[in-house]
Amino acid sequence: MFSFCFDPASLDGLAWMACYLTTGKHMAIYTSLFTVLLLLAITAPSALLFGFLGASSARSPFPPISWIGKAYIAIVRGVPDIAFFLFFVIALDQLFEWIRHEIKCPEWTESIWQGNDFVVCDIAKLPLGNAPQWVHETYGFFLAVLTFAIVFGAFAANVLYGAMRAVPQPQLETAEAYGMTRRQVFWRILVPQMWVFALPGLSNLWMVLIKATPLLFLLGVEDIVYWARELGGAKTARFTDYPHGDWRMWYFLALLIFYLLFTRVSEIVLDKLMLKLTHGQATLAGEAQRKAAA
Amino acid sequence: MSCWETIADYGLRSIGIGERVLPREGYTLCQQFTLIGSGMIWNIYFGVLALCSGFFFATAVALGKASKNKLLQKLSAWFIFLFRGSPLFIQFFFAYFLFLTLKPISPIFDPFTSAWLGALIVLFLNTAAYSGEIFYGALQSVPKGDIEAADAYGMSGWSRFKRITWPTMLRLAWPAYTNEAIFLFHATTLVYFSGFPAWQQRGDALYYANFFADKTFNPFVPYPILAFYFILLTLLIISLFGLINRRLNRHLPQDSRSKMKLKLNVIR
Repeated sequence: MFSFCFDPASLDGLAWMACYLTTGKHMAIYTSLFTVLLLLAITAPSALLFGFLGASSARSPFPPISWIGKAYIAIVRGVPDIAFFLFFVIALDQLFEWIRHEIKCPEWTESIWQGNDFVVCDIAKLPLGNAPQWVHETYGFFLAVLTFAIVFGAFAANVLYGAMRAVPQPQLETAEAYGMTRRQVFWRILVPQMWVFALPGLSNLWMVLIKATPLLFLLGVEDIVYWARELGGAKTARFTDYPHGDWRMWYFLALLIFYLLFTRVSEIVLDKLMLKLTHGQATLAGEAQRKAAA
Repeated sequence: MSCWETIADYGLRSIGIGERVLPREGYTLCQQFTLIGSGMIWNIYFGVLALCSGFFFATAVALGKASKNKLLQKLSAWFIFLFRGSPLFIQFFFAYFLFLTLKPISPIFDPFTSAWLGALIVLFLNTAAYSGEIFYGALQSVPKGDIEAADAYGMSGWSRFKRITWPTMLRLAWPAYTNEAIFLFHATTLVYFSGFPAWQQRGDALYYANFFADKTFNPFVPYPILAFYFILLTLLIISLFGLINRRLNRHLPQDSRSKMKLKLNVIR
């Protein structure tokens, strides 16, 4: 990176460190920080969408739909979520390949389960065997995002379901008395009011989501955990210009500090947001703000 | 090979008793049930020990955070922030590599690099921080009148703490603490995926579930088995903690007893 870096062996102290921390592979670990942020940016809204669908179907008056919604919420409780992560990544991959297999190779007569193998025809493979490396990586990342969205969608559904029930019943009854249909009551009265009740739960969920991002590593994405292990391992002079001992401990210390800062900043921002949202609300927190101002 | 033989061979495989070689073919339902169940021994080991030891440390941390001593207060607050603000997964990795770095310094650190001790310490500190925060919250909401009544009876210091403050704190914290216990057990599944090696393939339930999913390319059998075991374990914890909750609330009139309401948090 810097011009004085062409002969690292002659450097020492800070200059060596500056060169070491800007090698190509270190650039990869900095980019993977953005992978984490990207994951959060995509997962948070999609999990919210899944959660909204789950919560509204759990409220449905038609039993089978409400069972599906309730089962979706309930199934994630009681089972470690890391098991879901490991499960969904394979299951989703196989599901997509199976669907493509059914469409593209209808003449295939053998079973796709052959002993201990999962076999689909070549053109149904995802991604295709001859696809470039970045397609494989993007597909892996897409599967990871979908998995996160499904699992966290269930948690969000739980929060939103609670929030929907927290909206005062008389409000809904009043709306019905005005002659609104079920759908109108839902969209015009219930949904706009539920967010204040949902926010504490959702902000808790956000913190949990941040702390779940290192699990990307288990889903086979080259994320910060992967690079920290890779770069921190002992290196001899034969393979690199920057030989060093086992530094994995320091890399993980850096990750620890990164996450601490991240959660701290989120905490502060969410507190500010809550203060804004409760302003003027007919809740205890809103009342406290009114009194403090008066 | 009948299922009984499989159970005899693999029932205690996770702690090194029985057949050494993991199954190479077949992967029958019986094998999967037995091995994943045998892995549960480790989950229960980590969960129970961390919970029991963490309970006392958590009480200390909560008292520290609530104490008037500025130093103790800061120390406890930082401890809680450190373990609640960072992912458990990263904590495991960091601790493992820390112990690995310390290993050459002194042979004392040898056992720390294996999961049974190293991961246990991380889980202990982690649960102490989470439950410390729960206990701190409960301590803050101990009714003022209770303490005043204790003062009026002439209690103070240790006897007031032991007879009034502590039981009330526990009573208030118990529902949240139950959730923490459930999550601690769920968190134990992370151990063998975070650096700590599974020596001679002696792993926990998720380790074996993952083993079978890798071998058979069929996630639809091992993971539901794992889920089944964990749902059983969760129900067991809920009923056990429910019994303790009943005892903690036994002096209260029937309707004002705090109901066990399960509001589950997620991963840490």
